[in-house]
Amino acid sequence: MRDELSLGSLADAEVVARCRTGDQAAWCELVERFSRYVHAIATQAYRLSREDAEDVFQDVFARTYEQLDTLRDDAAIRPWIGQLTRRLCIDRLRRGSREAAAPEELEALEAEDVIALLDDALSVHGALATLSGDCREILDRFFCRDESYLAIGEALGIPAGTIASRISRCLGKLRDAYEGRRRRPGASRE
Amino acid sequence: MATIVYEEERLAQLLRMLPPAPEAWLRAAKELPLARRGLGDLVARAEADLEFRGRLVADLEAALEHEGYEPDPALVAALRRRLGTS
Repeated sequence: MRDELSLGSLADAEVVARCRTGDQAAWCELVERFSRYVHAIATQAYRLSREDAEDVFQDVFARTYEQLDTLRDDAAIRPWIGQLTRRLCIDRLRRGSREAAAPEELEALEAEDVIALLDDALSVHGALATLSGDCREILDRFFCRDESYLAIGEALGIPAGTIASRISRCLGKLRDAYEGRRRRPGASRE
Repeated sequence: MATIVYEEERLAQLLRMLPPAPEAWLRAAKELPLARRGLGDLVARAEADLEFRGRLVADLEAALEHEGYEPDPALVAALRRRLGTS
């Protein structure tokens, strides 16, 4: 529990450095931090089946863990994981296309467009992580987990009628945080 | 005002692009370092015991279960790589 709160605010490079020392909590933070990104690349950019996406997902984190000692730049873990995920997804598609010819090059072009959006999305999530717990929770539940006002109200113990206004307020805070981070390149989780 | 609304709609759209990965996938990835501790033992034993290595190569999941290990996907994939069978 020691670091559960503070780990989320560490820069990527610091989390990687802690992972390298065998810090299990730091490893869990690294997995949390990039799990949605890896999942989204596999399922949205390359549209892998659930089974293939799971294999790629586990393989990405297995290789990341194995190669922590050989990373040239800890701060570049995000593009490194992104590139690794791309490569493993393409390997999967190639393997599949031997059985059923897939329009590989066309898919790769579309995938790059989606990945560019996912990179922006991950930056927005980095800004989300800097908001108060209430705002993080409500925006994550509504936009990322697609929960209804009723479900959010029940889970957080707040009147469902106030959810819309809270979402609006929190989106405003997210906008400010995101703009602030874009003006400060190198901020934590970038 | 219109710009602010556009920016917030854009942020909402980007948030929607990153739903959580399935909980079981996350759990397996988080447990990876723990699984690796078992992995090191298994690889060392496979290097020292050819008969054991043969059983792993023949049917990895069954051999793991026989040895009392949970054949989680991360452990199986890593072991296949280390045994050179992937």
